[in-house]
Amino acid sequence: MEYKDYYKALGVGRDASDDEIKKAFRKLARKYHPDINPGTDAEAKFKDVNEAYEVLKDSERRAAYDQLGKEPPRGQQQGQYQPPPGWDEGFSFSEGEPQSGEDFSDFFETLFRQRAGPSGGGHFAQGADSHARIEITIEDAYRGAERTLSLRSPVVGPNGSVTMQDRKIAVHIPKGVAEGQHIRLAGQGTPGAKSAGDLFLEVSFAAHPIFRADGKDLYLDLPITPWEAALGGHVVMPTPGGKVDLRIPKNARSGQKMRLKGKGFPGTPAGDIYATLSIVNPKVDTDEAQAFFEQMAEKMPFNPRAKLGG
Amino acid sequence: MKRTTVHSDLVEALSLQDLCRFCHADEDWVIELVEHGVIEPVGSNSGNWRFVGTSILRAKKARRLSRDLGVNTAGVALVLDLIEERDSMLRRLAQYEAS
Repeated sequence: MEYKDYYKALGVGRDASDDEIKKAFRKLARKYHPDINPGTDAEAKFKDVNEAYEVLKDSERRAAYDQLGKEPPRGQQQGQYQPPPGWDEGFSFSEGEPQSGEDFSDFFETLFRQRAGPSGGGHFAQGADSHARIEITIEDAYRGAERTLSLRSPVVGPNGSVTMQDRKIAVHIPKGVAEGQHIRLAGQGTPGAKSAGDLFLEVSFAAHPIFRADGKDLYLDLPITPWEAALGGHVVMPTPGGKVDLRIPKNARSGQKMRLKGKGFPGTPAGDIYATLSIVNPKVDTDEAQAFFEQMAEKMPFNPRAKLGG
Repeated sequence: MKRTTVHSDLVEALSLQDLCRFCHADEDWVIELVEHGVIEPVGSNSGNWRFVGTSILRAKKARRLSRDLGVNTAGVALVLDLIEERDSMLRRLAQYEAS
């Protein structure tokens, strides 16, 4: 496992007072809170900050951690850290689980969690629910999908030591799931003596090259030619469910929004697709095209800057 | 590694008790969220309240914000409103930048 520098995570010195530690934590927690800052970067940083505070705010844990020394002993490979034998002699940790119940690093689990005895499972008849996030594509949400999820959970061994165990489960993504909705996996939370808790997955969408989702609706920019805009007619446009025909009105403008009712995410009612038209000029690179545009300039007197006084 | 298929379903609506369990919170806390307009239940009294859609996500976010940052309910309500406003502006900005 990897050694964690908790003082560095909070940006404080090793001699920092409890007040300084609390202040540093509060500032960083605001800065990196995953509900305030979207993106996985902030989430990872928040986890580090939270874990560091969980240790440094508790005087017993902090003293034991300080006992480990400033950094991992030399000669150990990165990620191969082992605490020296007897590092925790004379310290009694408060047995409570970190209240957040978040999953912490192997370093934390090994040092501070195994002493709390068989945690999680065994104590209660009904195991606790757990929460995680799952990122899916817009197509997965549109059509429904099967996804394999890797879960890490602490398992208590016969001698009371805690190891992290990986397992994979297949998850069915229901058709029409919206961003921010939750999928419940019954019995996949923390095990209990009688029954396990549930695992809730909060759904988020991966960035899509074409579509943006907003609730049940989808948005996209649809490029059209100047003649399609001027003359109107049918164009073929993509949707997550396949290609569809869209009728462009005569004299369509750039920025004009077209609504395809019921072509958004499935459901009752189904969402809509909004296509924002954007007129794209062809590149003039042949004599013929050049002549054609010159002819248009001559035959179609048009000043788009009339209102600007140009 | 073992691979198992598990039963999954979409969380459509939660009762007051379900929401408490979902957020690891007590009823008083959820009722306070309702009183501050952070979440809006369907139903006439707390006995038959149903929480749907964004209310579930907002309650969960509210719980994390008050737990992690020590924000009270009025503060949580304000933070969530401002985040939603910011997110909708970011969405509009993304539309303008794309076109």
